[in-house]
Amino acid sequence: MPVGFVMMCHTALDRAAQVARYWAQSDAPVVIHVDARVPRAAFRQLQDDLADLGNVSFCRRFKCDWGTWSLVAAAQAGAEKMLERHPEVSHVFLASGACLPLRPVAELNAYLDRRPWTDFIESVTTADVGWTVGGLDIERFTLHFPFSWKKRRKLFDRYVNLQRRLGLRRHIPDGLVPHLGSQWWCLTRATLSAILTDPDRPVHDRYFRRVWIPDESYFQTLVRLYGTSIESRSLTLSKFDYQGKPHVFYDDHLQLLRRSDCFVARKIWPQADRLYKTFLAPRAPSLAHTEPDPTKIDRLFSKAVERRLKGRAGLYMQSRFPRKDRENGKTCAQYSIFHGFADIFENFDSWLSKQVTARVHGHIFGPERVEFAGGETLYNGCLTDSVALRDYNPRAFLTNMIWNARGERQCFMFSPRDNQECNWFTATDPNAQISVITGAWAVPLFHSARPFHEVRREAARLQKVEQAHLDILRSMYVKARVRIWTMADFIENPMEPLQTIIDELSPRTARRLTEAPRLVDLTGFGQFLQNLKNQGMQPRLMGDFPMGEDPRPATGRRGRPYLVR
Amino acid sequence: MGWRQTYRLRLQRKRYLIRAFRKRREMKPVVNRTALIRPRDTLVFVTARNERVRLPYFLRYYREMGVDHFLFVDNDSDDGSREYLAEQPDVSVWSTRASYKRARFGMDWMNWLLRRYGRGHWCLTVDPDEFFIYPFCDTRPIRALTDWLETCAYPSFPAMLLDMYPKGPIDAQPYHEGQDPFEIACWFDAGNYTISKNGLHQNLWIQGGPRARVFFPDAPFAAPSLNKIPLVKWRRGYVYISSTHMLLPRKLNKTYDEWGGERAAGCLLHAKFLSPLSAKVSEELTRREHYANSREYRAYSEHLSGQPDLWCKWSERYINWRQLEIIGLMSKGNWA
Repeated sequence: MPVGFVMMCHTALDRAAQVARYWAQSDAPVVIHVDARVPRAAFRQLQDDLADLGNVSFCRRFKCDWGTWSLVAAAQAGAEKMLERHPEVSHVFLASGACLPLRPVAELNAYLDRRPWTDFIESVTTADVGWTVGGLDIERFTLHFPFSWKKRRKLFDRYVNLQRRLGLRRHIPDGLVPHLGSQWWCLTRATLSAILTDPDRPVHDRYFRRVWIPDESYFQTLVRLYGTSIESRSLTLSKFDYQGKPHVFYDDHLQLLRRSDCFVARKIWPQADRLYKTFLAPRAPSLAHTEPDPTKIDRLFSKAVERRLKGRAGLYMQSRFPRKDRENGKTCAQYSIFHGFADIFENFDSWLSKQVTARVHGHIFGPERVEFAGGETLYNGCLTDSVALRDYNPRAFLTNMIWNARGERQCFMFSPRDNQECNWFTATDPNAQISVITGAWAVPLFHSARPFHEVRREAARLQKVEQAHLDILRSMYVKARVRIWTMADFIENPMEPLQTIIDELSPRTARRLTEAPRLVDLTGFGQFLQNLKNQGMQPRLMGDFPMGEDPRPATGRRGRPYLVR
Repeated sequence: MGWRQTYRLRLQRKRYLIRAFRKRREMKPVVNRTALIRPRDTLVFVTARNERVRLPYFLRYYREMGVDHFLFVDNDSDDGSREYLAEQPDVSVWSTRASYKRARFGMDWMNWLLRRYGRGHWCLTVDPDEFFIYPFCDTRPIRALTDWLETCAYPSFPAMLLDMYPKGPIDAQPYHEGQDPFEIACWFDAGNYTISKNGLHQNLWIQGGPRARVFFPDAPFAAPSLNKIPLVKWRRGYVYISSTHMLLPRKLNKTYDEWGGERAAGCLLHAKFLSPLSAKVSEELTRREHYANSREYRAYSEHLSGQPDLWCKWSERYINWRQLEIIGLMSKGNWA
């Protein structure tokens, strides 16, 4: 027994006519509802186009507005006409003018013949739906909605709030349990005629007339009264985005639609010539009774919605420029900052690059140039070593560098001599691993041949800068993994902290460090600090360096004894 | 936004509209085929000067995209551009000998034509060396994009300017009429763009790319802006205020998401660095008709004498829009 289609059309009538012809020629009767707003000429044209088909008819026309009763009234009129005019029809399929049959009608008939008493309608209790727009679910049924949501949004919202405040509630007719679902259904003749000929229908209609978006709830609720076997899913493939707008299918979705094995898809872009040509071409029905499987399409569209709502972490671009703390990831990948290490170890960067699989840069925020790994003047994404360009927007420089090198961990050196503008940004970024040796900036000063009064002034400045950075790193807002040692503590036992950092950097290579980086010569460093003190400056950040007991740069050779397993 | 600021922006908008109105008589119609424009057509608006060599490919590119009509302002060309355009069946041409600079770099003319012919249409305002690409542009015509934008109630669509350049000296490979410029200039900078937000007009200010890298490494502030909003569903009262970088009313500039999500965005592939550039630069320098005292052109000429190579080993070779989307220069947003 054939299925009959009720089509709801308001635009692209030429496409609707094509689809109606396809169905009618496959011996499926079609009843078309055309929005009363469609101009008379266009309606005539449609009627003339389909005049040669005996099993196509038109039902009473209603002015249809989104989310109003008129849509239900139209569907009722269409269904009534279908049941009355085509007694042979066993299932009625509600479709729209933008629907496209993906499989021959014969396959749909065969599918329904095997399930003669099943109603295919998505019907979910209000407590269980997660997709309602505007946050209204059960309130759709208990509040009054005299104002249009599309045209008078403010009034709509205010009136809803007022009713909530006053505690106004509508009485739901006895026996009805509110259910919601997609408005595209396929019901059996028995169920549909029970709904339409119910003696209580005037009561139901009067009630649903004032429910919000009744086309998503009228049949979905009433089917629970009469349906014998309800499959709570729609046979129409129809996907909605986060704003409740239907996703549109284009020519390039052809393969995806073909493989979905769904019977009908919506919504099709009216100019998608290839889709219409392919799916409306006469085809032999396949004998394999495949079930519809829209998972691939689901995934495509849910990815699109996720992209729109969450975006790609760490990307800053022309259409994604998140406000502070709304970034969903300030950077796109983990990176490590080594603060002070390059000052107390010789060639620390080349030592580090031997230990870990990561790109190890020098001071990328350095004052003379951007010290990219390997002394490059240009780097990934065409970043240059120009200080002016970097300092023009240091944050963008950092996020660009991390983004450009997706897939490869970036490490770089840092010191109080460098551009400090990103300190808050890195400290609050969970992707950052920040290891700090405080006071290490004094070592290059100690080695420098500059006059002592200059050294003293520079030491005071660097100490202040570093103190400000440490204050940030010790604040309660920190999201980065921060480790701080004083220089004295670190030199005492460098292998253990280095091992910790490196284990975290590349957790899979469970290798013990065998070779420590070479400590620079610190003979006389204690005296140097004392000299600073004597000049009235108080070096606080290095820790304890008693005069005379200079740390020995022997750590490299004594590495072994520290390796306690 | 306080009423003071609202009023200030309104005055600014009115001022630009009046400017456009005053400048309208500078243009004389050469061929006006605007009667052919049908209600839902997509229109392209261009100001051109001596671009005869580039025009055939330009027209072909946009025709294939599904653009229905072109509205050109020819600024005193002497290379036959005007005559060539006048022959085209889907082109309307106006000609002017007035100053490009004093028409705010052509924007006054564009604003007038947009106001007069663009209302109710999706209008794409580009230069002859800008080639619009958008998500799915290889499989879907521009009408698919504009239909989708309309269902989302987005009145405008952003497309960042992406400077394309050849490998080797810019003038080394000659460009032939009708040729795809990106056969020669097929390289671009993938990830050195900086963004900041303009508080008053709410648009993003994007700089960077090869021009900042090579011509403005010491004066990044002066580097050209790359943010553009070329595609707008035009309504009466809209106005471009600075090239196609920003518009008023300022809601049109909010083409980006601030809560972490991505909106859809395209790119304008910029075929500027293509021969004959040196000749053009020296001509423009003597004309002195360009933005900010032609500082951009002065910077070019300083470098062009040394035959600069914008290419570097990190340059990316252009393949298609999907590549740009993966790199993060454009986005599909929730269009799938």
